[in-house]
Amino acid sequence: MTLLQFRDLWVDYSSSAGNVPAVRGVTLDVAAGETLGIAGESGCGKTTLASAVLRLLPENAQVRGEVLLDGVDTLTMKWGRLRAVRWSQAAIVFQGALHALNPVQRIGDQIAEPIRLHQTVPDKQIGARVGELLTQVGLPASRAKSYPHQLSGGQRQRVMIAMALACKPALIIADEPTTALDVMVQAQVLDLLTGLVRDLGTGPDRGMGMILISHDLGVLGTTCDRIAVMYAGQIIESGPALEIFDNPKHPYTRALAAAFPRIGDPAARYAPTGLPGDPPYPGDLPTGCAFHPRCPIAAPACKLGAPALIEVAPHRTAACYKVDQ
Amino acid sequence: MLRAFVTLAFVIIFNFFLFRMLPGDPIGLYARGRNQDPEQLVELRRALNKPLLEQFLTYLRNPFDSTIDSTRFSRPVWEMIGERVWPTLLLLGTAILLASLIGIWVGIRAGWKPGGRFDRMSTGTTLILYSMPEFWLGMMLLIVFSVGVFGIPGMFPVGGIASPGADTSSPMGWLNVLWHLVLPCTTLVLIYLADYALVMRASLIDERKQEYLTLARAKGLRDTSVRKRHAVPNALLPTVTLIFLSLGFVVTGAITVETVFSWPGLGLLTYEALRGPDIPLLQAIFLMFSIAVIAANLLAELLYVIFDPRVRS
Repeated sequence: MTLLQFRDLWVDYSSSAGNVPAVRGVTLDVAAGETLGIAGESGCGKTTLASAVLRLLPENAQVRGEVLLDGVDTLTMKWGRLRAVRWSQAAIVFQGALHALNPVQRIGDQIAEPIRLHQTVPDKQIGARVGELLTQVGLPASRAKSYPHQLSGGQRQRVMIAMALACKPALIIADEPTTALDVMVQAQVLDLLTGLVRDLGTGPDRGMGMILISHDLGVLGTTCDRIAVMYAGQIIESGPALEIFDNPKHPYTRALAAAFPRIGDPAARYAPTGLPGDPPYPGDLPTGCAFHPRCPIAAPACKLGAPALIEVAPHRTAACYKVDQ
Repeated sequence: MLRAFVTLAFVIIFNFFLFRMLPGDPIGLYARGRNQDPEQLVELRRALNKPLLEQFLTYLRNPFDSTIDSTRFSRPVWEMIGERVWPTLLLLGTAILLASLIGIWVGIRAGWKPGGRFDRMSTGTTLILYSMPEFWLGMMLLIVFSVGVFGIPGMFPVGGIASPGADTSSPMGWLNVLWHLVLPCTTLVLIYLADYALVMRASLIDERKQEYLTLARAKGLRDTSVRKRHAVPNALLPTVTLIFLSLGFVVTGAITVETVFSWPGLGLLTYEALRGPDIPLLQAIFLMFSIAVIAANLLAELLYVIFDPRVRS
């Protein structure tokens, strides 16, 4: 059963300087209970893609295509229906919990808010449910009385996770959930998140799916079932997580994988690689394949036409002319 | 708290020297129009021309000395202030309360949809009101609604706090005071609501960009709930503080508006004292206003501690 389907999704941001395309024709599926990783550099459209699911894009965004959540298009849903779907079917773990939490409200009230709104448990049991959620993310239930500024960065991110789990949604969208944290805490929070999604998902009612957004291909390789790599608003490669990480087909994915080498891998150690140049500005994309100016194996044909995303191996797709050569 | 007392101490000292620097002859003023014995005048001048240090020490011993007389009214200054403080409190209290309630409401509506129709209309209006001098607006209201022009009947009294002979302790007398209050209060409300609306609007526009509002929307809250439960409580914090800090400027408004409407409060008393100049009276009023402003600032700080959990801990 497919939980979430992006069908040829386009998102443009209109500005005084003209239209800036952020997402350019993305088609992607997330199965129920599956963890999909989306990788890519800053500005490649990953966050825009994630925000489109619950129609949380800013007012200047123009969206075309379909986003089917449990088979229903959230982009054309009536507002009342959309509000009912928000958080109860799909919840978000935001990037920076410091700014995503209301600074003048106790965290217990903030966690209880969606529970009360969607009435997933009777009003009398909300307090107990908040305590249970806090315990699940490794915080004492008494923390419900704290304000966000009284918690550390890691604790705040745990609160965000507890909040996302509050209504037992079928889908969790984690948008760089650990980038604002220091390395040790990053690993803890990521383990907690993936662990909870796995454990709570195997319950009798339904599987919990997750979209995990990160620029760190190594993290995605070890925590996700599948990975989709984005560049300049398009998916340029997708497939099973470990295969993508171990045997990337697209030259951009190869560069990303090399940027996070496996510890102890001698090949990576003696040939450290980075990618020359900067990601293209979405308002001024190169002709042909958007990656060709930075591509180490670019051919003249790459400047002329954009390669389509085609199946290059079982369950694997890539968008590159030279992928099989 | 400590800072408030340091400021108060500074004001008390500064207050003394400020009025010693004013030109003018209190004795001449005192004796104006009276048949005074020249020798008596010399005696009086000698009493007032004591060395500055001696005067200062006498003043410091009790800045609120109840025996100091006004040179113009020949009555103890603090007794006069005690009489005049109530009309001012009534006028300013009502005006600030109404101005902050209406101003915050306008600011919320305008700031939640900046660039919208309500915002364009209200921001234009409030900016015009904000830039009007109080005395001018007061006079315009006076001409239109009290004197009456273009067939508009004069609905409100020209000035004063009550009609002559009205018994202000009876309910009818209160209505009479209320009737007199309308125009001066409206003048102050119009000008200060503009100030508060603009601050609230700017503060809410700042909050609109915050990510916790996206989270609140993602939770499935209605737009009005996002505004009421999340955006407004945060945007109110700086606004409430600014309202209290603005009380210092409201005092200056009181002087001009009370003068225009002959409202018998501290503002009008200031104007009367300035015409002298009635130095003992001015000095006492100045001290009184300073204490009020310091108290307002202190209250603003205390309120922030109550409302904002981040400051509390």
